Amino acid sequence: MKQKTNPFLSIHAYLVMAFIYLPVLMILIFSFNNSRINSTWEGFTFKWYGSLFQNRNVMDALMNSLTIAFTSTVIATVLGTVAALALRNAVRKSKTVLGMLYLPIVVPDIIMGLSLLLLFSQFNFPLGKWTIIIAHVTFSISYVYVIVASRISGMGKQLEEAAQDLGASPWQTFRYITLPAIWPGVLAGAIMAFTLSIDDFMISFFVAGPNSTTLPIYIYGLVKRGISPEINALCTIMIIVSVGLILIAQWLQNKGNRGKKASTLPF
Amino acid sequence: MKNTKWLISPIVLWLSLFLILPMAIVVVISFLGRDEFGNLVIQFSLDNYARFFDSLYMGIYWDTISLSVLTTLICVLISYPLAYYIANAGPTRQKIWLLFITVPFWINFLIRTYAWVLLLRSQGVVNSFLMDIGVIDEPLKMLYTKGAVLLGMVYTFIPYMVLPIYVSLEQMDRKLLEAASDLGASRWRAFLHITLPQTKSGMMTGSVLVFVSTAGMYVVTDILGGSKSTMLSNIIQTQFLGARDWPFGAALSVIFAITSLVLIYLFNMALRSRHERSKEGRA
Repeated sequence: MKQKTNPFLSIHAYLVMAFIYLPVLMILIFSFNNSRINSTWEGFTFKWYGSLFQNRNVMDALMNSLTIAFTSTVIATVLGTVAALALRNAVRKSKTVLGMLYLPIVVPDIIMGLSLLLLFSQFNFPLGKWTIIIAHVTFSISYVYVIVASRISGMGKQLEEAAQDLGASPWQTFRYITLPAIWPGVLAGAIMAFTLSIDDFMISFFVAGPNSTTLPIYIYGLVKRGISPEINALCTIMIIVSVGLILIAQWLQNKGNRGKKASTLPF
Repeated sequence: MKNTKWLISPIVLWLSLFLILPMAIVVVISFLGRDEFGNLVIQFSLDNYARFFDSLYMGIYWDTISLSVLTTLICVLISYPLAYYIANAGPTRQKIWLLFITVPFWINFLIRTYAWVLLLRSQGVVNSFLMDIGVIDEPLKMLYTKGAVLLGMVYTFIPYMVLPIYVSLEQMDRKLLEAASDLGASRWRAFLHITLPQTKSGMMTGSVLVFVSTAGMYVVTDILGGSKSTMLSNIIQTQFLGARDWPFGAALSVIFAITSLVLIYLFNMALRSRHERSKEGRA
């Protein structure tokens, strides 16, 4: 039984959407604006994109972000997937382990960042790319685990049992049966880890050290120093890339789960 | 593939090393002293916690809490009708609305916060527009005010509130609404007595998420509030990266973490007592 919708509710819904998307739209529009002060429209241009790609600092920060995101994604995906597989057969899941796995999702960013800074400095570990990678693995492991575990819980064991009955070794069973079946989940988890890494500012800010600026840290610097229209171009590219990645991740996650309710929630 | 339980050890080891141990170090350091060069001195002290009770820091603490409460309230007021609207739309439209709500989640919030700078600053879009149509003669001061910080917080956290409320609306028992309308209740009365109580848990979850995230937010205050408005997380950040007073920064972090935990606990208690009451009612 569907009720008739109140017109005020639908007006409200569209207003909230406008509120959410107006700022994003501003950035997209002004990235093509010819004016340096960029509050009024002074004609269409691609020049900010051009100068962006010639800016050494931006390119360095971008390369740093990509290297860090790639490395931490690989580590987090392997660890998270292995954990999800290991816990699958555990009859009674240890509450301590589960609590630990969910902890990174609930610990405030600032506390995670500064506690890692203290750890690294107590053990004289030099701040740089590796400390950022360690931090990023730590906060993305749990998301990978949650996504892969939900994929695993949706599949039966018959195929694997059949493979073993036919004489497949545990490794062959994993390689040819289990991995292909959970692959969409693993990929979705990896994309999630990659996006979280590319987007993180707060935690990286604490553990970055002076010589390894990531893209968000660079953007923060620009915003603090005063605005250059190049930021709009940079942000536009980042918006398009992260939205694209998320849509792919969602599609992958929902693909295998047909029949079940599609999940639009991040976890 | 029976005994795979040991495979859990890598992740447990990783999280112990890089999550549990660091947090333990924060707690330990919060009880240490420091010398005049800012180096840690191994000596038990409660001074860092005592310093928190200075009126300056207490003031910031209360500012943080009150801003978080205000943000949470406004988020509930804005998000509830939206979640209600989405939950009552057709299945395809529901999916589209949810997608549109979650997409901004994935845009770096530094970028989304910076977008408000474009809108709010004195030669920004809003001021130019208002001056063009002749409503005002000189630019309004909007950026670097408490209002701007509140706006930025609400803006950032609306999705955190919409999604849990939507989930609870989806899960509620709709037969009760039919029963209510059969018994002659108006839609408004049915909403007040059936829908609202059943979606309390969603509002609670959303409120915890919004409250804790607002209190821990650093970027929004820093970018939209300027130097004038300071919150707990800004002070913590300054203590670590600026003043190099790690023991005090650590003590503030511990206080922040405890505040969050106590709040989450209180919310849970409130929820549990509601569930227990409803169980008793059914028995």
